[in-house]
Amino acid sequence: MGLLSKKDTKLITDPLADNNPITIQVLGICSALAITAELEASIVMSISVLFVMGVGNVVISLMRNIIPSKIRIIAQLIVVATLVIIVDLVLKAFAYELSKTLSVFVGLIITNCIIMGRFEAFALGNGPWRSFLDGIGNALGYAVILVIVGFFRELLGSGTLLGIPVLGDPIEKTGLYSIGYENNGFMLLSPMALIVVGIIIWVQRSRNKALIED
Amino acid sequence: MGLKQNLHNFKEKNKDKKWLPGFNALFTFLYMPNETTHNGTHIKAADDLKRTMNTVIMALVPCLVFGMFNAGYQHYLAQGLIDSADGFLGASFWTIDNLIIGAWTVLPLVVVSYGVGLAVEFVFAIIKGHEVEEGYLVTGMLVPLIVPVDIPLWMLAVAVIFGVVIGKEVFGGTGMNILNPALTIRAFLFFAYPTWMSGDKVWVHGAVERDQAIAAGQNLDAISGETLLGAYAQNSSLAGIDYWDMFWGIIPGSVGETSKFLIIIGALFLIFTKIGSWRIMLSTVIGALVMGLIFNGVVDAGWIGEASKFYGLMSVPFWQHLIIGSILFGAVYMATDPVTAAQTNKGKWIYGFLIGFISIMIRVFNPAYPEGVFLAILLMNVFAPTIDHYVVQGNVKKRMKRLKVKTA
Repeated sequence: MGLLSKKDTKLITDPLADNNPITIQVLGICSALAITAELEASIVMSISVLFVMGVGNVVISLMRNIIPSKIRIIAQLIVVATLVIIVDLVLKAFAYELSKTLSVFVGLIITNCIIMGRFEAFALGNGPWRSFLDGIGNALGYAVILVIVGFFRELLGSGTLLGIPVLGDPIEKTGLYSIGYENNGFMLLSPMALIVVGIIIWVQRSRNKALIED
Repeated sequence: MGLKQNLHNFKEKNKDKKWLPGFNALFTFLYMPNETTHNGTHIKAADDLKRTMNTVIMALVPCLVFGMFNAGYQHYLAQGLIDSADGFLGASFWTIDNLIIGAWTVLPLVVVSYGVGLAVEFVFAIIKGHEVEEGYLVTGMLVPLIVPVDIPLWMLAVAVIFGVVIGKEVFGGTGMNILNPALTIRAFLFFAYPTWMSGDKVWVHGAVERDQAIAAGQNLDAISGETLLGAYAQNSSLAGIDYWDMFWGIIPGSVGETSKFLIIIGALFLIFTKIGSWRIMLSTVIGALVMGLIFNGVVDAGWIGEASKFYGLMSVPFWQHLIIGSILFGAVYMATDPVTAAQTNKGKWIYGFLIGFISIMIRVFNPAYPEGVFLAILLMNVFAPTIDHYVVQGNVKKRMKRLKVKTA
């Protein structure tokens, strides 16, 4: 590890598991429920958040000494809103269909608690490099959960992965469908996303008992 | 030395084995264990959890047997092989042919429900290191009764695993669950595999197969197995259906919920043995009737025309809501689940009333969910602790007032 010191590495690896923004801090749940019905949407959403968090954390960190603390929330909002609009426009220009699937949830990255939380808790008090790592780490932690949830929901709900049929054709009755398998429509509904997130939390906490509160 | 002693010795010998809870469950199912509590004073009562569960199962057995006959009867009737039975004791209903085909379709549901559910219970008991809980005995019996006859067995198995794990075990097992596990299973099936849980093809054994044969080009008549509720929801006429048929239960529907007659007998049995709460049953019925009356009032007042998609179900005479659909089954066997229902007496009235009220509301306003009973009960399961909280708070307040008057 020439590039990163041990402390810096921790900034990236911690949010991936033991301090995961979704499963441990339980932030950013709404987008995790809304857009994970397809794996592709989850991945694009993750990349968007990665960009916004990485850049946003650096910008806030650079400005941290000139932002008056009374209006810091507004300043943070302006930064994040600018970045989200960039993401939104890029998606609209280069991946129009996807941006329609993600619809309002790209815009709602602005209010994603994880981002505001990291701005407040980390970027305002740390240098740009460390803030950048922190942003990347938390966004990756968010991405991991989104991708896991998206994977299971798309596989079990539609029988596809990234839009490619992997279990056979449900109409032509090939592959698994020929023996009577059917897609689980519940997986495509938001409550199931909550249950899948819940199961991830359950598995994680029973593997690492230290995470269980009280 | 009898078998019981042998089993007891076997248990003593394997005291610290991991799989012992599994053995204990079978042992206590067969015999009263030898251990007794040595300290303190205890109330001795015969009606332990197992006895309670068995009583409910006994109340369900008539519904199950009737469900088998009915499954066969609907199957042959839809194919035009037999005449429609005339009343409850109709000659073409209680035939051995009906029973054979009915048992052939219904018993696998029972076996899968119990097998999978108890397997999950055993696994959890062994992992968590506690005794296997009896909670699944009733759930396992209820599940086959509330699904369509032709539900594929693997779907039932998936749903049972989901229902027992997510509906019960994550909350800490029997007695700790918020939602009724049987209804969780049904809700899962309903939302996961809607084509197998609703529509006009699933309620009669063989209708789906026949449909596929027709699609494959065979020259056969399609079987329509629509439930009466489905027919009402689509505003189609119900000419030829006798109200007594609905009451006796010789109509298409989920396996065990069609016979209102047997459900009422089961209800009386549960009330007599003091297992089921008559308050919840009665208030659910009252709630359903009140909502039905309101809808009838709306139709009578002319606020809603025949063109409306709600007209069909709204204009059903209020008392008929009790004999179509599964409101009675829900009221007697589901709403009264002691774990998930409200605990206080006043709370039970409120809880039951709202179940009936909301059931009919969902039934009428949402033709996509012609049967709203399970949704209403699940919803009220969630609210039951809140209802209890306010009832208790109200009591505390009343007593405080009385105390103040006395001391002042």
